[in-house]
Amino acid sequence: MSESTKSNHESFLEYKGKYRGILGWILSTDHKRIGLLYLYTMLVFFSVAAILGLLMKIQLIAPGHTIMGPATYNAMFTMHGIIMIFIIVVPGLPAVFGNFFLPLMIGAKDVAFPKLNLASWWIYVIGILIVLTSQFMGDGPPDTGWTFYAPYSFQTPANIVPALVGAFVLGFSSILTGINFVVTIHRLRAPGMKWLKMPLFPWTLYATAWIQILATPVIGITLLLTVMERTLGVGIFDPALGGDPILYQHLFWIYSHPAVYIMILPGMGVISEILPVFSRKRIYGYKAIVLSSLAIAFVGYFVWGHHMFTSGMSGRALFAFSFLTFLVAIPSAIKVFNWVATMYKGSLIFQTPFFWAVSFVFVFMIGGFSGLTLGSLATNVHLHDTHFVVAHFHFIVFGGTGFSFLAALHYWFPKMFGRMFDASWANMGWLIFFAGFLALYLPMFYLGIMGMPRRYYDYLPEFHGANILSSLGAILMIGGALIIIVNLVRSSRYGEKTNDKNPWGGKTLEWQADTPPTLENWEDIPEVTEKPYEYK
Amino acid sequence: MEKNAEHTHVHRDDEGDKLGMWLFIFTELLLFGMLFLVYAVYRYRNPVAFQLGGEELDVFLGTLNTVLLLVSSATVAMSISAIQKGLKKHALVFLGITLLIAVVFLVNKYFEWGAKIEYGFYPGGEALLELGHGTILFFGLYYVMTGIHALHILIGIGLFIYVFQQIRADKIHSTDYIWLENTGLYWHLVDLIWIFLFPLFYLIH
Amino acid sequence: MSQEKPHISSYRSHVFVLAALIVLTGISVAVTTLELGRLDTLVAMLIAGAKAGIVLVWFMHLKFDNKLYTIFTVLVIVVFLLVLYVTFFDYSYR
Ligand code: HEM
Ligand SMILES: [Cu+2]
Repeated sequence: MSESTKSNHESFLEYKGKYRGILGWILSTDHKRIGLLYLYTMLVFFSVAAILGLLMKIQLIAPGHTIMGPATYNAMFTMHGIIMIFIIVVPGLPAVFGNFFLPLMIGAKDVAFPKLNLASWWIYVIGILIVLTSQFMGDGPPDTGWTFYAPYSFQTPANIVPALVGAFVLGFSSILTGINFVVTIHRLRAPGMKWLKMPLFPWTLYATAWIQILATPVIGITLLLTVMERTLGVGIFDPALGGDPILYQHLFWIYSHPAVYIMILPGMGVISEILPVFSRKRIYGYKAIVLSSLAIAFVGYFVWGHHMFTSGMSGRALFAFSFLTFLVAIPSAIKVFNWVATMYKGSLIFQTPFFWAVSFVFVFMIGGFSGLTLGSLATNVHLHDTHFVVAHFHFIVFGGTGFSFLAALHYWFPKMFGRMFDASWANMGWLIFFAGFLALYLPMFYLGIMGMPRRYYDYLPEFHGANILSSLGAILMIGGALIIIVNLVRSSRYGEKTNDKNPWGGKTLEWQADTPPTLENWEDIPEVTEKPYEYK
Repeated sequence: MEKNAEHTHVHRDDEGDKLGMWLFIFTELLLFGMLFLVYAVYRYRNPVAFQLGGEELDVFLGTLNTVLLLVSSATVAMSISAIQKGLKKHALVFLGITLLIAVVFLVNKYFEWGAKIEYGFYPGGEALLELGHGTILFFGLYYVMTGIHALHILIGIGLFIYVFQQIRADKIHSTDYIWLENTGLYWHLVDLIWIFLFPLFYLIH
Repeated sequence: MSQEKPHISSYRSHVFVLAALIVLTGISVAVTTLELGRLDTLVAMLIAGAKAGIVLVWFMHLKFDNKLYTIFTVLVIVVFLLVLYVTFFDYSYR
């Protein structure tokens, strides 16, 4: 292939802009390069947090002190949670695949505010650095858990303030991305792309972006209040000064429950993209998926109290939140129904993205059901703060967001890098990872029901058996993750080159762009006439 | 397109810029909204202390600042009208007045806060800690909410200075004034918040 | 993008709006001297709400701009009020 074609035929990976080398990336306003910047940043921090997780599981392989004591364990689950939630899964799919594919899928040349987009990445990096300083300064790393509950968060001598400030800054980045995407979707859809002709991944990004805009400021101000409480002694949540620590929990979850939908909605969008392509069938119930996404975003605002059933809230509030929690499960269930109906009688194509998508549906269902179990008042009192909750949210956050992230990565890999990944390694990685995942988290449901609490470095001897299985599962899963990551990193450099615009036979716009896309994606903005997913 | 491969597509979309500003305003509304929520909860639980706390504040200063902000909202709106009509001078004058009022607002705030801090009425201050829980909460919220509001005024002042320069340099003019318009929107937001802060802290007992 | 002709408000209309806002402020201050008891808060909030509405509709131009902004603004206010309402499920019944 001739490398020296005209500049606007060069792929986004190769073109030379104002800056060269690494500067050409970290100062680029191209949405595709920014997407990859996020991807690489996340890869690094995901690895860090995964190692922390593995160390915790090794500690738990036997009762008592095996490789660390209680203080270290507390610091580890705190950092693991902060990184995984605020740095990985909250920005996750929108920042990586939203940035890369939103403009491609709606036929735009870039997002609405490219410079702001780059600024979001920089703010993100600054936020990460601030969070990291909490590990090395002051009186030891934070030990509050990622939830920073009052009053402990201003009583512990540990170095909480940088963690709070860092999370605040990360929230800022998230808000800016949300604003960018809403404006992009409103203003930059290709001619002919009516709202109901827009593919589902952009639709879920739209719903997500609204949550980012309306929920993130809540955590922002909450963290800020905690900082002021700690540094200036303002009485807000401190009971010694008249404050109500439960109010902190309200505010925290007014953000953090909607935030779980920031994590999962784009994942649902990815699965809704992949399943029709690999079933060669129109998506079943396009409108139902759109509406249920918006419904999830809306109702998701009013269920936060299900994290506080044992906090001492009023009885009336308990009923209200339990009821609303059951309501919010309905739109999720509608989607599962849609996905299964899409596959039904389709001509299924068994390739890596499909495996990830199907396993997503499976684990998401288990996660959702366990959510309902926790949403019922009576069972919640028994299960709250046990390993059952840990299993629930890992099934949904890791099984949901994580699996859909990997599904997206394999699905769009050829488009992003112009190379194919090695399919047999990818499939083997998936199988090992999936098996390890189940072995790691399924026993936690059992342990939780039996009464093993979360966030302790030690446990009673009768929990030993299931913990061994769980810890071995963790090792297996990390092995699978290694295979997947090494395979993808290798393939992005040495994989078989391809210029095939549409290797999977997709119907959405991104498959009409060059592989890999050029700087501004299109020579002529495509005109849209059909709905997405029109398989005959 | 060789020399500057990036930004070959720089295009103007004022409507998009305005939408972006509105979305930002929504995040601000929720940010302050949560402070109002905290206020509502603590007022509900400490009605008497909040009532007495409110009586400590200077209604005259509060009213003065309210009127000032309302006037400044009107002048920034008028400067937008002026620029739309191509009246650069008018626009600069109106913007100048707005800027001036913003500064006066902060000066008033400075004296208001200063007087209280002198008495030891500040978070962690001796005089405040001697009083009951409700009063500590009231003044804690008073400082936090008016403080964050004042921070927004400060940012507004920065924006006004920038926009003022841009109008003088004819970068903002009758066919390209989205920066002024968005700055105006931001300033109205600041006013909007104050419209609620004022009765909550100074008026109701 | 088709650039429609923007609506230009006259100086006079801004002055009228300002006058209305100042009058409402005056009423709000005056009302507090009456002893209304619990109604006090309600009245103050209603007046503040009216003032906020005026600022949104005229100064922030919702009346003349794309209806989308109005819809969004109403939606955001509704979300906030609902969150407030749901929070008081806890505090009103503790
Ligand atoms: C079917 C929908 C869902 C229901 C009914 C549900 C219900 C619940 C309930 C009741 C709890 C609190 C358990 C306790 O602490 O006692 C909980 C915790 C949690 N859920 Fe869900 N959930 C659902 C979906 C999700 C989704 C989609 C995610 C994330 C993508 C998620 C992430 C979490 C997390 C992270 C926690 C634990 C937070 C912590 O305490 O550290 N959930 N869920
Ligand atoms: Cu939740």
